[in-house]
Amino acid sequence: MNTILLTAFLGIVLMMIGAFSKSKTLPRFVAIGGIIVILIANMVELLSQESFFTFNVKNMLTFNSFNLAFIGVALLCTLIYFLLSGSAIEKVGSYVAEYFALLFFVLCGVAISATFNTLLMLFIGIEIISIPLYILTGSDKRNLKSNEAALKYFLMGAFSTGIMLMGIAFIYGGNDQATFYISQLGFGVGKMSPLIAIGLVFLLISMSFKVSAVPFHFWTPDVYDGAPTVFTSFMATIVKAAGFFAFLRLFDNGFGVLQPQWQKLIVLITAATLVLGNLTAVFQQSVKRMLAYSSIAQAGFMLFALFALNEKAKEGLILYAAAYSLATIGIFAILIKMKDYTIDGFNGLAKKQPVLAVTGLVFLLSLTGVPLTAGFQSKFYMLMAAAEVASYTWLIILAVLCAAISAYYYFKIIQAIFFKESSSAEGDLTENITPAFKLMLIITAVLIILLGVMPGLLTDWLYY
Amino acid sequence: MNPQDVWITFPELLVWFPLLAGLVCFLFKDNSKVKSWVLLVSIITLCISFVSLYFSDDAKYLALNKASYTLKYMNNGSFILGLDGMGRLLTLLTAFAFPIIFVATYNTPYKSAKNFYGLMLLAQSGLMGVFTAMDAMSFYFFWELALIPVYFLSSQWGGERRIQATFKFFVYTFAGSLLMLIGIIYVYLHTININGNGHSFALYAFAGVRLNPTEQNWLFWLFFIAFAIKMPIFPFHTWQPDAYEQAPTATTMVLSGIMVKMGLFACLRWLLPIFPQATIKFDTIIIGLSVIGMLYASIIALKQDDLKRLVAYSSIAHIGLMCAGIFTKTEVGLQGVMLQMFCHGINIIGLWIVIELIERQTGVRKISQLGGVAHKAPILTILLVVIALANIALPLTNAFIGEFMLFNGLFAFNKWYAVAAGISIILAAVYTLNMIQKVFYGEENSITTAIKEIALHEKIILSVVVVLIFMMGVYPQPMINLTKGTVEALMLKFN
Repeated sequence: MNTILLTAFLGIVLMMIGAFSKSKTLPRFVAIGGIIVILIANMVELLSQESFFTFNVKNMLTFNSFNLAFIGVALLCTLIYFLLSGSAIEKVGSYVAEYFALLFFVLCGVAISATFNTLLMLFIGIEIISIPLYILTGSDKRNLKSNEAALKYFLMGAFSTGIMLMGIAFIYGGNDQATFYISQLGFGVGKMSPLIAIGLVFLLISMSFKVSAVPFHFWTPDVYDGAPTVFTSFMATIVKAAGFFAFLRLFDNGFGVLQPQWQKLIVLITAATLVLGNLTAVFQQSVKRMLAYSSIAQAGFMLFALFALNEKAKEGLILYAAAYSLATIGIFAILIKMKDYTIDGFNGLAKKQPVLAVTGLVFLLSLTGVPLTAGFQSKFYMLMAAAEVASYTWLIILAVLCAAISAYYYFKIIQAIFFKESSSAEGDLTENITPAFKLMLIITAVLIILLGVMPGLLTDWLYY
Repeated sequence: MNPQDVWITFPELLVWFPLLAGLVCFLFKDNSKVKSWVLLVSIITLCISFVSLYFSDDAKYLALNKASYTLKYMNNGSFILGLDGMGRLLTLLTAFAFPIIFVATYNTPYKSAKNFYGLMLLAQSGLMGVFTAMDAMSFYFFWELALIPVYFLSSQWGGERRIQATFKFFVYTFAGSLLMLIGIIYVYLHTININGNGHSFALYAFAGVRLNPTEQNWLFWLFFIAFAIKMPIFPFHTWQPDAYEQAPTATTMVLSGIMVKMGLFACLRWLLPIFPQATIKFDTIIIGLSVIGMLYASIIALKQDDLKRLVAYSSIAHIGLMCAGIFTKTEVGLQGVMLQMFCHGINIIGLWIVIELIERQTGVRKISQLGGVAHKAPILTILLVVIALANIALPLTNAFIGEFMLFNGLFAFNKWYAVAAGISIILAAVYTLNMIQKVFYGEENSITTAIKEIALHEKIILSVVVVLIFMMGVYPQPMINLTKGTVEALMLKFN
């Protein structure tokens, strides 16, 4: 509850700052201070199980340690995102305070969609996430690609929202209780009326849209490529993780008993996402676009949580969200500083910016899933969760083969950074790098390694 | 001394000491001092390894249940290191190899040497970890951790086509180890912890796991492909000649001398005891592949003009024989593998040293362009001839004992395989002697006139290799005693 209210409040405060202050840097400091306060408030709520505010939400939202732990991860990643890329947000355009305000509204939506207990709240949460993002995608007003991306995102998003609403209507009409509460849907095992089946498939499709699972991924590369890079970083990590979390909670709490009926669909989507995401990423020349496809590929691994639906899967999803978000935010932060976004633009980075090179190496190894990094642990949890299901072994083998393919494109960047010579001898590859930025990169890299050695530091919070 | 009371034991020391010392390397400002530092570190590691032969508790193979550290925050993850006979043999080899490598390449200049040597020590630590891991998770960790430094060493300091060649090597092994990871997870889910609840990654739990035949069959292949890529066994060998050729010679020594032993070692520790029935079922296929690989590699070696590629292919042939020896599951065969793992490691490092010395002086590795080295460097030639004869397993050299035992085992398994494998030994004599003849004897040419006799420390280090070759060729008993326990424990699985 703390997070929902405080993020909304801070969003309004930032809009006011935008209206009354001309300062360009003030919003960033307010945002960073604000996110720290919210993070602490969220942790207090997690530890004490009591919110600062008491409202009767009619049980439409649930605040248990699982949900709060996820919100904590999202807030922590946002904090790191602000610290690493906050200055880049200031460069996007002249409405700095509004950008931060919109990001806080997104966080509010993240918190709602992480705690929803009725289909209506799910819908509201997802919409609160989406609408600010449409604006942020198009925030680079004079860039045609950005405009195109925003329009595309908006149309696709509106389309999937429509499908979601339709699905909700079918579920509402189809269940015996005539309720929106997902915990009260009350399906019997293996009992599924046609109405419920249609509603379920519609919800599956719309959620797949939101997490860009194949074959509903077509908007992702264009939108991620077109949007200003800082906002791509936010969309590809925290927002995507939130989408997955909502996806998991909806299908676990709401349709868990019907799993045998929809598991096959998830298996197909997972396999398609893994194969297509990885294979297409191989052919990308622009690092930004490659990361967009890599986010699709990583989504394939996150879908394992839905496939398995067990304790390990839930721990794994939180861990995956953290590992993937941290590494991707880190690599995007480096990318923003680069002058050339192609892979060749990274040539010889190790000589010119050793700190960026080494931290970038940690991020890329984590995305590949090499041991001692958080990325390995999260993949390990997912594979373990899937192995416990003890069916569809081919899917697991496919997944690790795809992980081996992913090594190909992540290592292309590593090769460029470390083993290739820069084509232009003079001139920097990057914009100027502050020591504070380097320090933040190192902290992020250390966090990734720490989670890689002791994932329990994070997953234990689920059972607090 | 009860090992439980000691806060740090030999296996841990062997892993952590090179790791920390390697990290220290990166902090060096001066590139010249770092050489002395790594030499000192590697010699200390060698001493630790020697002492461990006498003082470490003789861990009961497969029954070891002593968690070094239990990581509270890692699910059921304990970090178990231990040394049994085979572990001590291979840690000794690792500890031996690094000082030899460092001395032999002492004069080779490297750009940003501190990074080079730091990564070398990290690789050593990873290798030590693989050989001491008694827990599938730590085994997997070290298995990958040994790979990453080698990847960087080869890609940064290697030859012209280094990036592609090394990357091929990396993707091959990475894919293999991910398959193994699935295998590890599946076996883990079938294990029973020592106190009866939950699962465990420990070796004893893995070795005691009950799997039905179908599970064993496919899990066996998940593990074996990972190991086969590392060894490498035909048809998974295609990365190897390129990687050996393109890597800097010091790294090639690590790769061929020690890293390929990881695959053999892993078969003995993680494959045979866990899947005995599947091992029996598939032994003919695997020995068949090994023998095909031996013949195939030997024939290709005949045609090689590049010294490095020649040795690379000869190494495939030797590894094939060892792999075949493992799957004969005979006591003499297994004992031969143990002995040969050590001997092959020493011999091949010796060969690489000679190639490195020639290449550093002439800048050429092509057999067709060299000739008459013996006139200029007689001592180098004498030492090389001994090492080369050991490579073709002449009696009195160390490899003879190992290969004799391996052939003995193979003969007991199926004599036709032994006959086919025997042909590769003849071919080995052909290509090795041919190489000696062309490179070291014959007429001098414009390239080889520049060669000078090797320096004192290089003579010493090659002499050490030669002395080891003779010592173990004449009196291999201490080595056999060292690994007897491991072999007996393994044989229990097949009786």
